[in-house]
Amino acid sequence: MIKAILIFNNHGKPRLIRFYQYFAEDMQQQIIRETFHLVSKRDDNVCNFLEGGSLIGGSDYKLIYRHYATLYFVFCVDSSESELGILDLIQVFVETLDKCFENVCELDLIFHMDKVHYILQEVVMGGMVLETNMNEITTQVDVQNRMEKSEGGLSAAPARAVSAVKNMNLPEIPRNINIGDINIKVPSLSPF
Amino acid sequence: MSPSVPLQEMIRAIRSARTQCEERGVIQRECAAIRAQFRQSDNGGRSHNLAKLLYVHMLGYPAHFGQMECVRMIASPRYSEKRVGYLGAMMLLDEKQDASLLITNSIKNDLSHSNQYVQSLALCTLACMGSAEMCRDLAPEIDRLLRASNSYIKKKAALCAVHIVRKVHDLGEMFAPAARSLLSEKNHGVLHGAVVLITELCERNLETLEKFRKAVPDLVQIMKGLVISGYSPEHDVAGISDPFLQVRILRLLRILGHNNEAASDAMNDLLAQVATNTDSTKTVGNAVLYETVLTVLDIKSESGLRVLAVNILGRFLLNNDRNIRYIAMISLQKIVGTDHNAVQRHRGTIVDCLKDQDASVKRRALDLSLALVSASNIRSMMKELLIFLSSCPLELRSQAASGIFIAAERYAPSQRWHIDTILHVLTTAGGDVRDETVPNLIQLITNASELHCYTVHKLYRALLTDISQQSLVQVACWCIGEYGDLLLRGECQETEPVQVSEDDVLDALETVLQSHMSSPATRGFALTATMKLSTRITDNVDRIRSIVSIYGSCIDVELQQRAVEYNALFKKYDHMRLSALLLCLFFPQVCDLLDLLGGSEETLQPSPAAGGTAPGLPANTASTAGGDLLDLLGGLEPAPLTPAPTVQVYEKDGVTLTMSCEKQSATGLTVTLTASNSTESDISSLTLQAAVPKVCNEDTLVTDKLTAPVNLKMRVRISYSSQGSAFQDTIQIDAFPGLSAAGH
Repeated sequence: MIKAILIFNNHGKPRLIRFYQYFAEDMQQQIIRETFHLVSKRDDNVCNFLEGGSLIGGSDYKLIYRHYATLYFVFCVDSSESELGILDLIQVFVETLDKCFENVCELDLIFHMDKVHYILQEVVMGGMVLETNMNEITTQVDVQNRMEKSEGGLSAAPARAVSAVKNMNLPEIPRNINIGDINIKVPSLSPF
Repeated sequence: MSPSVPLQEMIRAIRSARTQCEERGVIQRECAAIRAQFRQSDNGGRSHNLAKLLYVHMLGYPAHFGQMECVRMIASPRYSEKRVGYLGAMMLLDEKQDASLLITNSIKNDLSHSNQYVQSLALCTLACMGSAEMCRDLAPEIDRLLRASNSYIKKKAALCAVHIVRKVHDLGEMFAPAARSLLSEKNHGVLHGAVVLITELCERNLETLEKFRKAVPDLVQIMKGLVISGYSPEHDVAGISDPFLQVRILRLLRILGHNNEAASDAMNDLLAQVATNTDSTKTVGNAVLYETVLTVLDIKSESGLRVLAVNILGRFLLNNDRNIRYIAMISLQKIVGTDHNAVQRHRGTIVDCLKDQDASVKRRALDLSLALVSASNIRSMMKELLIFLSSCPLELRSQAASGIFIAAERYAPSQRWHIDTILHVLTTAGGDVRDETVPNLIQLITNASELHCYTVHKLYRALLTDISQQSLVQVACWCIGEYGDLLLRGECQETEPVQVSEDDVLDALETVLQSHMSSPATRGFALTATMKLSTRITDNVDRIRSIVSIYGSCIDVELQQRAVEYNALFKKYDHMRLSALLLCLFFPQVCDLLDLLGGSEETLQPSPAAGGTAPGLPANTASTAGGDLLDLLGGLEPAPLTPAPTVQVYEKDGVTLTMSCEKQSATGLTVTLTASNSTESDISSLTLQAAVPKVCNEDTLVTDKLTAPVNLKMRVRISYSSQGSAFQDTIQIDAFPGLSAAGH
C-alpha cells in the first residue's frame, strides 16, 4: 500500500501532498520535513530507495523517490509494493503530467495544484495503483476537465455564451451578403 | 477561462510575499475572506474558495473550518463543486471527524448517479477515507458496481472493495464471486484491480485462498498472453507488455502456490518461461524478473528452477545499477533462512557492498552479512564487520554493534577472541552500544577465569589511553577492582605484562573519578573498584581510605551514599571488609535487577559460575523453562502450602532455604523461597535478593525456532543478622523443579 505521495522542491517547499493514511496536520508537516531532510542528503548516483525514517508506519516502510530537475517525487510505501514497480509508476505519473500540461514544469504544479490532484486520482486510489496506461489516464482526465468547463459558473460565462452560440442549430447562413451592387441583371428572355 | 483563476491569484500573492511573516499575513487575510464566503449562502465561486483552502492546507496552515463546506459541496448538483468537495473531504476529513458521517448519504446517492465520473468520485472518496460503518453500508452497492458497469467504474470498484475488506474483514466473502468473474475481463485496468482484490481476499482468509487456487490456470493463461503476445502499443512499457499487471499476477501466484504442490506445478512452466525470456536490460524487465524470482523461491518449485532463480539474484547483485543491487539484497535476505547455502556463495559480493558509498545499500549489506555469519566464517566476517563499524554511518552504528555482539556470542571460536572482539567494539563505538553490554561483558569476563590476567592487562592499557567511552571505562574499572592483584603481580602469559605499582593503578582510577567526562554510573564503578582494591593491595590502603572519605561529601547522592557505606566498612566493620569485598556479586550496584521477559526467548546468556555458590546444591537434570519471572526483591515471601514440589537449595549455620515452583499460567511461573531457622537464637533482618539473567529477545537476525529451550538460572543473596553479627551468602540455583522439559 502506498502510504503517502509527496512532491516538494529542492528547498523542501511542498508542491503536492497526499496521504492515504490518516495523520494529524502537524504530523503531516513533520513527515514532509523529515522526508525532505532524508532525501536531500542523497547523492545523485545512489539508489532510489531509502529506509530509516520513523514517522510513517514504523519499520515496515520505505521511501522510493525520483529527482527531476527541481522536484523530488517521493512515494512512501510499505513492503506489499514492488519497489521497482513503484519506481516505474513515478515515471508513468511524471510522463502523464507532462502530457496533460505540455512540458510540465514546477510552476504548473504550483498554480494548478487541484488539477494535479485530479490526475493523481486517476493513477492511485486509496493507496493502491489504479491505472498505469498513460493514454487511458489522459483521456479520462480530459473528459472530466471538459465536463467541469462545460458547467462553467460566473467566471466562465463568456465562454459559455460562445459555446452556446456555437451549438445553436442554425441553418447555413451565407456569410457574405454583398448587397453592394443592386444592379440586377435581367436575363435575356428567349423570344416566345 | 479556467475556473481556477482566483486560486492562481492567491497563489501568486502568497509567492510574492518576501518573508515568512508576510506570507502568514497574506494567508490569514485570505482565510478570513474564505471563512466569510463560506458563511454566505450559495454563490458562484464556492469551488474556488475550497480550492484556495486546500492550497493553504498543503502549506501547513489550519483548515478545519472547511470541513462543513466540503460536506455542502459534495451535496451540490454541479460537477465542479462535487469534484472539489470530494477532494476536500479526502484531504481534510477522516473517519474520526464527525463531519465524515454526513457525507455517507451523498456518497450513497452518487454511487448510483447517472454520470460515471460522479460515481468515480464517490468510489475514490470511499476508498480513501471510508470508515467501517460507511463500508458496511455501501458494500452491496460496490458489489453491484463490480458486476454491472463499464470497465472504468469496475476497476475503481475493485480497489474500493479492497479498502472495504481491509476495514471490515467479514465482507470479504461477499466480494469473492464477483472478483472471480472479473478475471475474464479483457481490460487491463479491470484485471489489475481484480488481481489486487483477489490478493487481498486470499491474504485474509484461508478458505478463500483454497477456492482461488482453482483460478491458477486462468491466471497462468493471462500471464502467457502478456508474455508471448505480440506488440501491443497501449500497454507497452519499454518492450514489456503491461509490466505492472505482470508483477501483480506473479505476486498472486506466489500466494496461491505457497505450500501447495498442485498449484506450484501448474505455474512452473510459466515461471521458467518468464525467467528466461524477460529482457533484463531495462528497469521494467528487472521488476518482472525480480518478482518472478521471489515467486519461484516461495512456492514448491522444482530444484532446477530454484537454481535459476538464485542465479538471477546473483546476477542482480553484480549489476552496476545500485537499485538492482539493493533489491537483490532484499530478496536474498528473505531467502537466507531457507536457502542459506545458496546465499553463502555470494558472501564475497555482499561483504564488498558494505564498502559501498550508498547508505541504503550499506544497510542492506549489514543485515545480510550478519545473517550470513556462521561458525566457519566467523573470523573473516568479523574482521570485515569491525572495519565496517569504524567507518559506518551513525544511524547504523548501534545496529552494527549489537549485531556483532550477537554474532560473536554465538560463534566465538575462543573466549579470548570473544573478549578481544567486544573490547574492539567498545573502543570503536562505545557510545552506541546498549546498556546491557556492560553487565554482559562482565559476566563473560568472570566466566573466562583463565583469561582474567590477560583481560585486566588489556583493559588497564585501554583505560590509560582513553577514558571517554563510558562502557569501556566501566568494564575496565570493574575488572581492575576484581583482579587488581593480578595486574599488580606483573606477570602474564597471554600478553606482555605491564609493570604497575599500586599508586599507578589508584591514579588511573582517581582520574576516572575526577574526570568531567565520566558519567555518574562510571564514577560509581570507579569508587567501588577503588574500594575493592583495598583488600587486594597492601601498601596504599590509607590512600584509599582518604579517597573514600572525600567522596563522603560528594554532591552526587548515589556516590555519597556509596562512599559513606564504604567508610563505615573501614571504620566499624573492618573485620568484615575482606569477606564483603571478596564476595562481590555479579550484579554491580549500578544495574537494576534484570527481569526475565515472557514467552518466547531465543538465546540466553550463560550465567557466570563465579565464586559464592553454596555447597550442597542439588544437582538436577537441566530443566528448561520459559516464562515471566517476578523479581523477588526484599521481604520474605510466605510459603504457601501448595502441592508443588519443593527442593532445598541452601543450608548453612542452621538456616535453610527451600524453593518451590508453581506454574500459574502458560507463561507465568511463581517461585517461592522459604527460609527457616533451626538455631536456638533469633534471626532478624532477613533479606532475600534474587536476580535472573537477562534474556536477549531482540536483534536476533536469523531467529532460531521459538521453542528453543531456555535455561533458567537464578542467583539469590541471603543476608541476616544473628546474635549480633551479620551474615551474608549467595547461592545459585540452576534447576527448577516443577517445570516441564518442553520449555513452555
